[in-house]
Amino acid sequence: MEFQRAHILICGGTGCNSSGCKEIEEEFKIELQEHDMEEEIKLIQTGCFGFCEIGPIVVVYPEGAFYCQLEADDVSRIVEEHLLKGRIVKDLLFTEPTTKEQVAEYKEIGFYKHQERIALRNCGNINPEDVEEYIAADGYQALGRVITELKPQEVIDIIKDSQVRGRGGGGFPSGLKWQFTADADSEQKYIICNADEGDPGAFMDRSILEGDPHSVLEAMAIAGYAVGADQGYIYVRAEYPIAVERLRIAIEQAQEYGLLGENIFGSDFDFDIELRLGAGAFVCGEETALITSIEGNRGEPRPRPPYPASKGLWEEPTLINNVETYANIPLIILKGADWFKSLGTENSKGTKVFALAGDINNTGLVEVQMGTTLRKVIYDIGGGIPEGKEFKAAQTGGPSGGCLPIEYLDTQIDYDNLMDAGSMMGSGGLIIMDEDTCMVDIARFYLDFTKEESCGKCVPCREGTTRMLEILERITEGEGQPGDIELLETLSDMIKEMSLCGLGQTAPNPVLSTIEHFRSEYEAHINNQECPAGTCTALVKYEVIEDLCKGCGLCKQACPVDAINGEKKETHLIDQETCIKCGACVDKCPFNAID
Amino acid sequence: MMTTVKDRCPGCDGNEQDERYDELDKVIAEYKGKPGALIPVLHAAQKIFKYLPEEVQDYVARGLEMSPSEVYGVTTFYSFFSTTPQGEYKIGVCMGTACYVKGAGKLIEEIEKELGISVGETTPDEKFTLVQTRCIGACGLAPVLTVNDDVHGRLTPDEIPGILAKYRD
Repeated sequence: MEFQRAHILICGGTGCNSSGCKEIEEEFKIELQEHDMEEEIKLIQTGCFGFCEIGPIVVVYPEGAFYCQLEADDVSRIVEEHLLKGRIVKDLLFTEPTTKEQVAEYKEIGFYKHQERIALRNCGNINPEDVEEYIAADGYQALGRVITELKPQEVIDIIKDSQVRGRGGGGFPSGLKWQFTADADSEQKYIICNADEGDPGAFMDRSILEGDPHSVLEAMAIAGYAVGADQGYIYVRAEYPIAVERLRIAIEQAQEYGLLGENIFGSDFDFDIELRLGAGAFVCGEETALITSIEGNRGEPRPRPPYPASKGLWEEPTLINNVETYANIPLIILKGADWFKSLGTENSKGTKVFALAGDINNTGLVEVQMGTTLRKVIYDIGGGIPEGKEFKAAQTGGPSGGCLPIEYLDTQIDYDNLMDAGSMMGSGGLIIMDEDTCMVDIARFYLDFTKEESCGKCVPCREGTTRMLEILERITEGEGQPGDIELLETLSDMIKEMSLCGLGQTAPNPVLSTIEHFRSEYEAHINNQECPAGTCTALVKYEVIEDLCKGCGLCKQACPVDAINGEKKETHLIDQETCIKCGACVDKCPFNAID
Repeated sequence: MMTTVKDRCPGCDGNEQDERYDELDKVIAEYKGKPGALIPVLHAAQKIFKYLPEEVQDYVARGLEMSPSEVYGVTTFYSFFSTTPQGEYKIGVCMGTACYVKGAGKLIEEIEKELGISVGETTPDEKFTLVQTRCIGACGLAPVLTVNDDVHGRLTPDEIPGILAKYRD
């Protein structure tokens, strides 16, 4: 067996690809060759480490030294200092934003220290393009056990007993879905993996597919065995080229190793998987729309019941789960339902991956136990809000969810608590907003999204979201009318009640939750034509602060419409009639005298 | 009585067009008769032709023995499929939540100013097409834009001219 004294793990996720990991990898190859160390040191391209903001990321083992934001020139120093002389290159390590200290070891970084990585267990640890690395990490062991030792019903019982709930948004108990599909009477059944991750701000599914594609294949095969299906489909977004490519490679390798195909593990169980590419329609994340899309049609949802478990793809019983849900399955089989149940809260077991982004120091993928508080995620893992600004709201659940204000910082995050707070888990997008974010504008942003993505089948959703957007646009432009808030509420109730699918039923949530928690902001826009956060340009009013203005005249020069008047060394004045609110004067003023 | 559509592609000439339809024929042959064939075939057709003009949709409909209206209905439902010509470089500015909060709107304004086109349009020299995209999942690098397969992250508007220049020649 070959033995290497050190391993260099280079992140090859989408984030690090765009910050130049390919170049770093090339540089390492050249340097290792030059120093004649190719034999003793192994270079591995892995999937996403989840800490995309500080990419490209390289981790060197056995020390677990975590180098970040590398540039090509840094590589020779790592090779010469660390790999040749055994001295960690301190200035390339990660600096903790809170303490400003450099942290040598991967596991000790605040961002990782508080995480519990189950669904993301292999992301960043193995080469996703090599099935043997997955097998070495206990991969396909669960499938082997299931096929050789367990009856299908015993597998379903384990999943039911674990109480795992769907990670894609709805939170429906997965075991029940498995049971319903198994109970359906039919010769032909299908397994589908929903990888049409469309919530803006959520990218955990992409990272799992890029970093650990075999975990999803293995889980789908387990599901196929349990419910009696021999064909699986992965419906993945065409916008995720790296994920698509790695899935292709993974399926090929699994077929080659006899882990997919006919007579798996020498049994009479056959199971194969095909990829289907999405084509950019958010509504296809809804299970019936997704099925219609695989069938080759416009991705419009249809009424349930019948549920896919009884009539799904091509009218046959179909089990459909999300990527993150599947990624949990092999470990539940290997470690048992009791282990899984020991994590999380009473009604939400296990962990959840959140895509932490927005106004936060450490953005990236974070996997924590269900029931962790927002405060812990934002401050301990996320490193707090940048530039010393104040936390204002956390948005969960994407366009189906809502905004939680500061009072909820100590609420435990799980399916039920988020529902009670007027939001939802959704797929796990967690966008942090600071004091400069206008909540009316955020509601407008989400409505703009759902209005665009409404498939148009149901009138309440198609017309209702359009009308709501018109009202919100009016408000952000300073033309809100008394009664607009109540009108939005009435429309919301109607859309929720009368839409066919989850898209329409949840589309008003961002508006309702911002009205509930930030009503005063709506009132300020409507009654006083003011935007308290200063985001809505139509409502912004720039004024010179007399005490701070030194009369330097820079603002006057910068103004593109000559709206600023004043003599040198005297306080300047902005003519509100002429001002187009471009903000050029604010950027130029050296004394921060324009507000 | 199948009329061939090979000679009806406007704006493309002789040999090149034949080859493209030959390629499309292969794709159609591979998928024909399989359930759910249309969307994979349209993906392939768009890769071959760069966009899906009516002629190509029509050709696919004949090939798969479907009605053209059905193909048109599917083509126009999905935002990934385009029925108008696309520039050599497609600039997609991510308008996901994280990018929006971090100022993606300002990037669009700057690109519009630089290229003299609005979102959804292509420059007259067919070099650039500007579109808004849904979240591409690179939220850690917000705001982000893509130029074909390249991702540019952590951008400010003043970096835009430099990026465009890289692709201009």
